[in-house]
Amino acid sequence: MRLQAKIGWMIGASVVLIAMFLFVKLNPVNLDYVLPRRAAKITAIVLTGTTIAFASVIFQTITNNRILTPSVMGLDSLYVFIQSVIAFLFGTSSLFMQNANVNFLLCVVGMIAFSGVLYRLMFRRENQNIYFLLLIGMILGSFFSSLSTFMQVLIDPNEFLILQNKLFASFNKVNTDLLWLALIGTAAVGVYVYPYIKYFNVLALGKDHAVNLGINYDLVVKRLLLAVAVLVSISTALVGPILFLGLLVVNLAREFLPTYRHSYLIGGSILISIITLVGGQLVVERLFAFSTPLSVIVNFFGGSYFLYLLLRGNIAR
Amino acid sequence: MLEVKNLSKTYNGKKVVDDVSLTIRKGQITSFIGPNGAGKSTLLSMISRLITRDQGEVWLEGREIGSCDSKELARTLAILKQANHIELRLTIRELVSFGRFPYSQGRLNREDERHVDEAIAYMGLTDMQHKYLDELSGGQKQRAYIAMVLAQDTEYILLDEPLNNLDMKHSVQIMQTLRRMVQELGKTIVLVIHDINFASCYSDRIVALKDGRIVQEGSVEQIIDTDVLRGIYDLEIGIQEIAGQRICTFYA
Repeated sequence: MRLQAKIGWMIGASVVLIAMFLFVKLNPVNLDYVLPRRAAKITAIVLTGTTIAFASVIFQTITNNRILTPSVMGLDSLYVFIQSVIAFLFGTSSLFMQNANVNFLLCVVGMIAFSGVLYRLMFRRENQNIYFLLLIGMILGSFFSSLSTFMQVLIDPNEFLILQNKLFASFNKVNTDLLWLALIGTAAVGVYVYPYIKYFNVLALGKDHAVNLGINYDLVVKRLLLAVAVLVSISTALVGPILFLGLLVVNLAREFLPTYRHSYLIGGSILISIITLVGGQLVVERLFAFSTPLSVIVNFFGGSYFLYLLLRGNIAR
Repeated sequence: MLEVKNLSKTYNGKKVVDDVSLTIRKGQITSFIGPNGAGKSTLLSMISRLITRDQGEVWLEGREIGSCDSKELARTLAILKQANHIELRLTIRELVSFGRFPYSQGRLNREDERHVDEAIAYMGLTDMQHKYLDELSGGQKQRAYIAMVLAQDTEYILLDEPLNNLDMKHSVQIMQTLRRMVQELGKTIVLVIHDINFASCYSDRIVALKDGRIVQEGSVEQIIDTDVLRGIYDLEIGIQEIAGQRICTFYA
């Protein structure tokens, strides 16, 4: 089968890139120092790629739409917002800020609460309009970032530095404190979502068909949105917001693997995501000598692609 | 038996469906007719749990559908809406295979494949089963969707305007197939239909709705009648009996 061959090639490419990232310019002298650091970094990058791709596929499938992704709906600005609120209310020396795990869990709770609100906005109305939803997402996104900025301006400059440190996580400065929790969280979401994967193809047919074919639609969608909230929290906590990565990789996967079957689409998106991030980081680190952050490059291409999708007008799948 | 009791739905303060009760008989074609905005599609969607109801009950084979397991319900009752914008790139066969989801949960066994084959053959699509949906004409597409519902192998089939945008030939084809499904396969079919002549020629019972309420229900002879139709459509509709069928003339 051609699809399987393509997946095979992508797995190959990912493994080669990861190996290059880990082992290039490694020698017995720097081995002890470099390897654990590179390993932590690559784990974070792979984890980010996986969570963003997976969350975006789920989100696009339940919204039946090719341009809505969790980040486009403002979910990662919400993460920044929650962090700012914590710093604003409790100060950066509080347990909520100092203990990475507690801080992360608090954020996840906030994200889940918000996804409940999002669910109401998006699915309770019986006739939803894509442009309306997109508009809501854009407004929420800028609403949260404006509020975050507002609070960041008010707090003590020293506190702000600590907060900024947390928020400006990037691929160059991965938040490795959270690595274990992120790994466990991703695995837990995987286990949680696994029974629903067989529903994805049917959900992609739209709500009416899904209900007709015996899916308990409201329950399934609610649980999947919950999973999306956790996945977005994980990726944002690790490397900060990357607005257009999900959009880019999921759509590339759809072009590259012309099939409706989600087993391929999910796998393909995750692999493309890993290839993009690991490959991009290799180029940025070793070629551009850190002159341009990877997220800028990803957002540049992702944003252009987003405009292309909007202009092409073929938004609903 | 499918029984609807006191079903109501309000949108923005307007009662779209207002206290509707009716019984749908087994092994028959029941048509919902009525002017635009009469609440026909809304009623059908509530009966098939696609939209929530504000009030009322729907009893299917002695069970309230709200208390049924969704998967089990999908093996007894199928609904096809009028706008089927699946823009996934699917072949006819892939689409029809989705009809087996309530049984196979996506992993088709030999019996599922047999049902899919049969449904495709029944709708006369065997030769083109590997064609993509976007390559099909309106009539072929509609047949493909009905084949999917057929593969679902439910006793009750609800269709919302199955003749929408079809030409005469394809409309007749679809209606004849529905008739055959009732006669040969013992299905119970409920449709929302705008063309009252199709309703007249192919239904066993007709339910006429207006402003969210049932104006009248009964056999074709009872409903296809100048006085009754005037009450429904506010239009003077002459009835001619041609070859044993009641035909409405309302064009001039």
